[in-house]
Formats: sequence, structure tokens, C-alpha cells
Amino acid sequence: MKTMNEFKCVFPAVSANEALARAALSAFLIPADPTAQELADLRTVISEAVTNAIVHGYRNASGSVSICLRMLPDRVLYIRITDKGCGIPDIPKAMEPLYTSAPEEERAGLGFAIMQEFTDYLQVRSTPGHGTTLTMRRQLGQIHAEAD
Amino acid sequence: MQIDYDMQKSELLVRLSGEIDHHNTMQMRSEIDTALCTHTPHTLVLDFRDVTFMDSSGIGLIMGRYKILQPLGGEIILRQPSAHIARVLRLAGMERLAELQIHTPEEVSAS
Repeated sequence: MKTMNEFKCVFPAVSANEALARAALSAFLIPADPTAQELADLRTVISEAVTNAIVHGYRNASGSVSICLRMLPDRVLYIRITDKGCGIPDIPKAMEPLYTSAPEEERAGLGFAIMQEFTDYLQVRSTPGHGTTLTMRRQLGQIHAEAD
Repeated sequence: MQIDYDMQKSELLVRLSGEIDHHNTMQMRSEIDTALCTHTPHTLVLDFRDVTFMDSSGIGLIMGRYKILQPLGGEIILRQPSAHIARVLRLAGMERLAELQIHTPEEVSAS
């Protein structure tokens, strides 16, 4: 599929970089002029994905998180988040609402539920011991000529 | 990220601000819990008026405080979340654990 624009970055898996990931996504979306709700949804989605990589993938140990953002035809945003952490042994279990492997950190277990709710497509690929890749797509609404 | 407190009668008002994510909740959690221990309120009001972003880390923060207050008969009020934060709160079913006040008490009494 033709890619209209692409942005890739790699950063250390530290919690301060959750804000960096949101800022990168916001900047990438500026030319697409998303609605306030689309922007808020997608900032939440990338925050959940990157937090999962840091908290669950690396269990707060050192590592790196890779982000790939693409704008595809018809205003479809593609997001790929990759970590080389511990992986997810049971993906359906991990995706159950309220399930968390880190209750001591007060994780609500809602990361995947929010990612599913705020995107059109979510794929989780994971190999225990090798890492996890999340791929998501969300179609943005059409730009309207009149101001909101 | 900044937190302000106001204790009146048995109500602890905590004004949150900035972005509530995993990184920031670590500090928010310890500051709120210190205030809860010091003032032992019946009601914890979390004011979201100046919160510009919240992901599920904020839900974990609320659920954790609920687990502290609920055995003591206390309650939580979530005040003035933005439209997006209200959506995340409802998606997480937070209105079952806490009272959601979309408007301020002043707005309610004026209407």
C-alpha cells in the first residue's frame, strides 16, 4: 500500500518518553488536521502502547521502544510499536479487560480495551522472550471546509 | 504536572493538572496518599479541570484510591473531566465506583 508519509523513531524504554511518543504522534498528525477527538483518541492509544512496552515488555528494565507511523491513502493512520522485551505468553488473556500482569503498579488492565475502542484495527504479535509488536490502524474523518 | 489540596470539613479536594500518564501517576499517587493519611477525609474530590491528558494510568490511580477509601466507608468524586477524559472514565466503568460530576457544584446550583 502506498505510504503518503512516514516517521520512525527509537527511544529508551523509560517512562518520561511516554510524553515524547504522544508529542511525536501529535506532530506527525498536524498536516492531516485531525479533529480534537481523533487527536485525543490517538494520543491515548500511543500512550497505552508505549506504557505497555515499558511496564510489561521490559518490566521497567532497560531496552528500547520503536515507533513507526505512516499515513496511508484515504487518511488511514498506521501505528506500529515494537519492543524486544519479555513478550506475552497468552495474548487473549492479556487482552481481557481488567487483567494486568502488574497489579502492584496499579495498572488498571485497560490498555488493550482502550486501544481496541479507539482504533479500527489492532493486531498483537508476540514471541515470549523476544518481544511484542502492536500494529494499529485508524481512519481519520474527512476534512470539512467549514470551521467547527 | 502539579497538585493542589484543599481540606474542608471531611472533604479533601485535590486539583490535578497537566498530563496523567504512567510516568506522572507515580508521583501523584504518593502525594495523594500522603494527603489521605494526613487528613483522613470521608470524601476525596479529584478535580480534572486542568488535566489536559489522561490514559488508563489515571484509571489505575482512581481504582487504587478507591481501594483505600472504600473499606473506610469513604467515597470519591471525579469533577469536571474534559469530554475525552469523561469518555475514558466511562469506558472504564468508573461511574460505578465514583460519582462523576461533569459540572461544578456552582454551575449545578445556578441552573
